[in-house]
Amino acid sequence: MTTSTAAKYGTARRTVTMHVNGRDVTREVSTRTTLADFLRDELDLVSVHLGCEHGECGCCNVLFDGHSVRSCLMLAVQGDGHAVETVESLSVDPTELHPIQESFAEEQGLQCGFCTPAMVLRTKEIIETGHEMTDAEVRHEISGILCRCTGYQNIVNAVQSAGAKLRGEAAADGAAGGRS
Amino acid sequence: MTTEHTDTTEHTDTAQKSGYKYIGKDRKRVEDPRLLVGRGGYIADLKLPGMLHAAILRSPVPHARIRSVDATEALKLPGVVAVLTGEDCKAKMNPCMNFGPATVAQYPLAVDKVRYVGEAVAAVVAESRYLAEDGVDLLEVDYEDLPPVTDPRAAMEPESALLHEEHGSNIGCERTFEFGDVNAAFAGADLVVEDTLHWGRSAGMPMETAGAVAQPGFNGVLEIYCNSLNFSYFSFLIAGALRVPSNKLTMKPVPAGGSFGSKLAAHKVPTLAGFLALRVGRPVSYVEDRIDHLVNSDHHGCDRFYEARMGFRADGTIVGLDIDVVDDYGAYMQFGVGHHGNAFSQVVGPYRFRDVRYRLRAVLTDKCQQGAYRGFGSEVHNWVLERLVDSGAARLGLAPEEIRRRNFIQPDQFPYTIPGGNVYDSGDYPAVLDKALSMIDLDRWRAEQKRLWAQEGRCIGIGLATTQERSVFSSTEFWFLVEKPVLPVTSSPESATVTIDPTGQFQLMLHCQSMWGNSPETVGATVLAEEFGIPPESVNVRYADSAHALPSTGPGGSRYTVMVAGAIRGASRKLRKKLIHIAAHTLEVAAEDLELVDARVQVKDAPETGLTLAELAGTAYFFALSLPEGMTSGLEESYTYDHPYTTLPAPDGSDFGVFYPIMGHACHIAVLEVDPDTGIPSFLDYVAVHDAGTIVNPKSLGGHVTGGATQGIGTTLYEELAYDEDGQFLSWTFRDYLIPTAGEVPPFRIGHVETPSPFTEYGVKGGGEGGRMVAPAAVSAAIDDALREYGMRVRQVPVKPSDIVAAVQAGTVRAEAG
Repeated sequence: MTTSTAAKYGTARRTVTMHVNGRDVTREVSTRTTLADFLRDELDLVSVHLGCEHGECGCCNVLFDGHSVRSCLMLAVQGDGHAVETVESLSVDPTELHPIQESFAEEQGLQCGFCTPAMVLRTKEIIETGHEMTDAEVRHEISGILCRCTGYQNIVNAVQSAGAKLRGEAAADGAAGGRS
Repeated sequence: MTTEHTDTTEHTDTAQKSGYKYIGKDRKRVEDPRLLVGRGGYIADLKLPGMLHAAILRSPVPHARIRSVDATEALKLPGVVAVLTGEDCKAKMNPCMNFGPATVAQYPLAVDKVRYVGEAVAAVVAESRYLAEDGVDLLEVDYEDLPPVTDPRAAMEPESALLHEEHGSNIGCERTFEFGDVNAAFAGADLVVEDTLHWGRSAGMPMETAGAVAQPGFNGVLEIYCNSLNFSYFSFLIAGALRVPSNKLTMKPVPAGGSFGSKLAAHKVPTLAGFLALRVGRPVSYVEDRIDHLVNSDHHGCDRFYEARMGFRADGTIVGLDIDVVDDYGAYMQFGVGHHGNAFSQVVGPYRFRDVRYRLRAVLTDKCQQGAYRGFGSEVHNWVLERLVDSGAARLGLAPEEIRRRNFIQPDQFPYTIPGGNVYDSGDYPAVLDKALSMIDLDRWRAEQKRLWAQEGRCIGIGLATTQERSVFSSTEFWFLVEKPVLPVTSSPESATVTIDPTGQFQLMLHCQSMWGNSPETVGATVLAEEFGIPPESVNVRYADSAHALPSTGPGGSRYTVMVAGAIRGASRKLRKKLIHIAAHTLEVAAEDLELVDARVQVKDAPETGLTLAELAGTAYFFALSLPEGMTSGLEESYTYDHPYTTLPAPDGSDFGVFYPIMGHACHIAVLEVDPDTGIPSFLDYVAVHDAGTIVNPKSLGGHVTGGATQGIGTTLYEELAYDEDGQFLSWTFRDYLIPTAGEVPPFRIGHVETPSPFTEYGVKGGGEGGRMVAPAAVSAAIDDALREYGMRVRQVPVKPSDIVAAVQAGTVRAEAG
């Protein structure tokens, strides 16, 4: 079998090491495995949802070295040596939600929950830019992820509420004497 | 009684003065925590030992005979387990469930012919989805092309090629209904407006596609996990298709990542998964990818061509409606013509006129079949109705709000019987209109519109539209439009089982898969909390599979909140009675002197004397000798709630009976600007006021309103499942099928009015569809209004920027020529 034929039928394999949700994982994968399928099937990170598999819906959004990527458009081998975060990095315990997740619950920024992990991760990334955003700015920032349920308004509210909460916490931490 | 309150999306504490402790208040949803940590439990998350995966070869041609399918190369590929075709289906199964003519039969894989681009031709089952798709690439199919049938009007001509030779015609259903005397009404009218309108094909298009995992069991039982919604209603039909005894098929509910109608049945997916699993004797997963879903879902939305007329008196009174509709159903008619039953449930909208003619022709063409999409046909009817009302108003010089006010059914006229026989239970349409007008400064916008046009040439438009929102269907609507119904069923119940365990904790069992983005668990927990005075968060909600399910119809048609509330209340009342009898026996107090307050049975005038639910539950489970004589152990009760109000149609078809009587109402006002150079609209304001009877959770209802309105905006401006005239499909990806993003929709401002239903428990009405049912009419009217100077008239949706620019250019030419 030539290399290209091997790649085509999934027999070409490579070892990858990725820093996923704070831990190093090493796996041998088929070179044609997408990053999304690797996270879902190899690591059981089923929060990574596949809505279209052609880069339009954004439901498979993960943070790759801290920035949003569509994991359906990347190969697992491209993740070698990089850091990946899924929503499991915030909290996997439904009774102990991260403040961003809690804001989505408070504002009902979700209905079916399918785009939700992607939206939550995107929110984390937006908040980390550190500045307060207007409604229109938030809409622009989340427009790469499709939600079919909410009409977006409650998501916008959740993003802003989470931002206020986390900026407040950061400010409070600062006021309390510079805890790092 | 009408209660009004405003619920902007920014602050939502709208608890009404109803006396309810939990109902009517914003509460966090009990479904959300698991969804927020990414554990929704969707179908693609399910893995069974030894599970195989299927991928589908789809037809590249719209109409052809299948000469042969060659699987030789595919079967050589390591990891490919089997290839199955329509020939295998024909040999080993019966046609799929079908509510249309029996002569229009369908299998999950095409038999003998393909009838649309994307129809499933063969399935490859392999060790992984990757390998299954490799196998699909290696299949060779020999097609003998047949003439494509794509225009539904041409399809009705005798010389047209036939989709289903056995059916003998491409007309699936042709009926004309007349109520009152339409000719007389139009003869006496001062003004008749006429229009040719087209509602294009769109679909629910949830972010999660349909999927199923089927597993043949050692005991001969086939288990099918799927995200179909009302599986417990039709599992016996899938069993029939698969030639499995109905007691040996168990459909297992899996939460759905959105439906909007698209997973109402989604029968092809579980049927195919079941068929494949039976053939290979191993678990098989078939989860549609987005292409599978776009091109081949069970539920493309309506695709209708109208010739419509409405008559008016000079004062604006509507006197009659005359509709001729050709509905392009695609290649199969799995769901009959229920879409038009829905239209008929609110055929006069909120207006008082009595004379209606409705000619329906449901036509078969080489396109994907039609099914449910939020509104299920009544949203199209509402758009047509409101287009005609606006035309009449413009011609008579009346404001849109004024013509509606003059024609509304009045609050003291309910219950109101409309032409055709359906009853509207209750409503206060002027209150909804007033509320919407109070939330938006219409005079200011109209002045601003004039000023901006005069000073800056900017095109601002204001569109106001209303809708009825029928909810809680009865099953008669599946068949009363058909001359000779095959199965004139009348049951559409819903069930609930409430268990208080030995420590006093509550379990609620729902008997269908109802979690698709709405809030069945929150609704159920809220109703139980109201009945027993317990914290809603403490209730655990479970779903029965079809082997355990009591009679259930499943969600759809905005019925679930009403129906499950009735079922839970019924079961709760049985349990309360039992608890009070145990307490009466234990305390030696007369039962009528006891009451259940805040999870405790106590003496009415001496509340310090009483027993907690936990104490009573302990007795019920473990102290049989302490129970009243004749009482059996345990604390579990079920209740099956039948439709609250439905009647049979007249045998001669002169009256459809009462079939959709729980009637909500809504008014939306859209303010937008259209750039006449680019044809791109952008929203400046949007107000939506809904009356869904007693509100269980205002914030959740608001979420459905904004979500529905967003889909309505998508239908009006962006979304199209397009076919070209040769039958080629043009919407293969989300780059072609445009779903609104956060940037395309406005911040909605929501208002609620409540006229409780006299027929349902707590007075609840359905509220799932109204947003999509009214937004297209409001947005269409706003576009017309914005481009009034150019003579713009929205006659088809989606209205694309190119349509707007063309209209502007034609209008400019007219103005210059004039």
